[in-house]
Amino acid sequence: MLSRTANDLFWMSRHIERAENTARMLDVTYRLALLPYRVIEAGEKWAEPWAVPLVITGLASQYYAKHNELNAERVMQFMVFDQSNPTSIHSSLQRARENARGQRGATTSEMWESLNATWLEMRTLDYATIDARGVSNFFDWVKNRSHLFRGVTFGTMLRDEAFSFIRLGTFLERADNTARILDVKYHTLLPSIDDVGGAVDYYQWGSLLRSLGTFESYRKVYRDVITPFRIGELLILREDVPRSLHACMNDIYEILQGLSEAERREPERLAGEIHARLHYERPQQIFDLGLHQYLMDFLDKIDALNTEINKHFLAPDYS
Amino acid sequence: MSRTIYDEMRGLNGSGGNVLPHYRSYCDWLNAMPPDRLAQKRNEAEVMFHRLGITFAVYGEEAGGERLIPFDIIPRIIPAADWQLLERGLVQRVKALNHFLHDIYHGQAILKQGLIPSAKVLDNAQYRPLMQGLNVPGDTYAHVTGVDIVFTGPGEFYVLEDNLRVPSGVSYMLENRRMLMRLFPELFSRQQIQPVEHYPDILLETLRGVAPLGVVDPTVALLTPGAFNSAYFEHTFLAQQMGIELVEGQDLFVRDSAVYMRTTRGPKRVDVIYRRIDDDFLDPRAFRPDSMLGVPGLMEAYRAGRVTLANAVGTGIADDKSMYVHVPDMIKFYLDEEPILKNVPTWELRKAEDRHYVLDHLPELVVKEVHGSGGYGMLVGPAATASQRAEFRDRIIASPEKYIAQPTLALSTCPTYVDSGIAPRHVDLRPFVLSGKETRIVPGGLTRVALKEGSLVVNSSQGGGTKDTWVLEA
Repeated sequence: MLSRTANDLFWMSRHIERAENTARMLDVTYRLALLPYRVIEAGEKWAEPWAVPLVITGLASQYYAKHNELNAERVMQFMVFDQSNPTSIHSSLQRARENARGQRGATTSEMWESLNATWLEMRTLDYATIDARGVSNFFDWVKNRSHLFRGVTFGTMLRDEAFSFIRLGTFLERADNTARILDVKYHTLLPSIDDVGGAVDYYQWGSLLRSLGTFESYRKVYRDVITPFRIGELLILREDVPRSLHACMNDIYEILQGLSEAERREPERLAGEIHARLHYERPQQIFDLGLHQYLMDFLDKIDALNTEINKHFLAPDYS
Repeated sequence: MSRTIYDEMRGLNGSGGNVLPHYRSYCDWLNAMPPDRLAQKRNEAEVMFHRLGITFAVYGEEAGGERLIPFDIIPRIIPAADWQLLERGLVQRVKALNHFLHDIYHGQAILKQGLIPSAKVLDNAQYRPLMQGLNVPGDTYAHVTGVDIVFTGPGEFYVLEDNLRVPSGVSYMLENRRMLMRLFPELFSRQQIQPVEHYPDILLETLRGVAPLGVVDPTVALLTPGAFNSAYFEHTFLAQQMGIELVEGQDLFVRDSAVYMRTTRGPKRVDVIYRRIDDDFLDPRAFRPDSMLGVPGLMEAYRAGRVTLANAVGTGIADDKSMYVHVPDMIKFYLDEEPILKNVPTWELRKAEDRHYVLDHLPELVVKEVHGSGGYGMLVGPAATASQRAEFRDRIIASPEKYIAQPTLALSTCPTYVDSGIAPRHVDLRPFVLSGKETRIVPGGLTRVALKEGSLVVNSSQGGGTKDTWVLEA
């Protein structure tokens, strides 16, 4: 298939997944902001809850160029509605629809109609509306539209190369986001050092699990109290948890194996390397290195994988 | 030319006449149809066209502006005998035009014979010197031609213009048929209507048939200027129907005089390009250097005979309005036949004698720019105000060679569903002629209808609509 087509489809699903993940990230932030926290002092690299989405998406300076104070409404405006922020939910849904519009021939009409309807509804919303209805309802709506689109894709699309690139985009974006959301806790300060392992700490980890839809899974797997060690194991190493890094890499590796031919092995090789490490890693190794450092290393590798996928499939330069 | 308006359902007597035989069955059905059911069907059609996204982009509107072309739910019906005549006339005309293009870019016999003044061809911007002496597969230049036809009486047809560059509209012919079959399936069992749905198949066959010599299983691609082009929907539609790749300039590259697509499995050779981009934008190295739509080096591959472009480069010289007057002569010269289809009498304003006549009769005539299209830059004398006519008079006197004039034709009317009910509206017809190993036409075409009462301008950019066009079985 045309590289441009693959590129559009890959980004169509990434943008939808990104909209969903941004909603999840804001959701956890919202929950954290309801718990007690310590306000940061000048010069500290930690963040209070509403700065967390800005820190982990790397958009803090862009935010502060427009807003001089930090509060829920401003951050929501910026992360949900701001059209100049390329990762806002508004921008993500718009781009997903644009990517799909150019590739009507490679997708199904039900996929198009689902994306188009999502975009048409998003266009009618503003902060006042979602605030009045409850922001959690809005986050649920975004997640549901993403679930719907994934379901329509799964239920209607021919299992061809186009399908592979759509799935590839979904899992790469999801892996990236799970890593970033896991890192949220690193940036969030407890009210004081004495709170480590206390009630607030527990609620913060619990919110994080909920935002990834894995709270119940945690309970089923461990039947025990929530500890950072187990959360790391659950969301990084367990391949039966659908948003875990290991589960995402299983799919990514498998898709790339299917797409690879003799001269295009590099993305597959790199994915295999990342996958193998997740497959054979001991939970203790992660915590010896430090969860934050581990996640940063993972994001670097995903970045390198993206570059290879671009070079070999999406934007090859032959001339 | 008769000034009486011919109604295709009721004949020359206008709305007072009896229903003609080929409309009778439909008319009975229509009379039995409750008006509210018809209104409901009309809404249904509109909703469906929106949902399917059958739109055309409109220049100058907000980014991504998309609009529907109004679809009229009342079909236009053409009797078999009329179509047979029309078909023979179209095949004859397009064959002659292809001969003309081959001649102009080779020996130029028609110029040497003095039938057309050489300067009129060779000094025309549409004449492409780089085509001189180049051989194209099967000597076919215009693979897809959209000939605009008007009816003025029973079996009486005039050619308005021959579109040999990148004629569009065929997707509406196909979608209109699909829509009407969906809305009123019972109509298609009442009458034998010739199918048009195989158009994409024979288009693909035509394109594959003109691949460069020696290519066994040619790869065909459709080259589009992109999503902002007004006909983008048609480009995606046709590519999908033919199962070929829809490419933009950036998807193609030229290496060693061959054209390739950038694909996820590496470079893939392209043998035939159905291009929906004008000559000027095809290759920034050969034509407009500022074009971002084209493929650098494409003309080099074309001239090396390693890729076929459909339509060929340089076909514009044959559909230029200044060349139109010579088409009947071309038919006699190349085919030794009498023209079947009539040309509209045309005054060329570069000729002093013609000019004097036209300037004296402006209120009765239509004046067109030689290089104009889309219904822009024309004066419809009877509908124009005195000041508009005065303005055109000045323009004609300033540069007469830029204009031609024609009598205002009494375009036929067809019953049309409008706000006030069912009323006659003026129509034209664009059948699509495919030329390759053979010359073929699917029975029908795009009927455009001027929805405003009395209006003769059918262009979609100026408020025209479309109809399904039925050719009855013999």
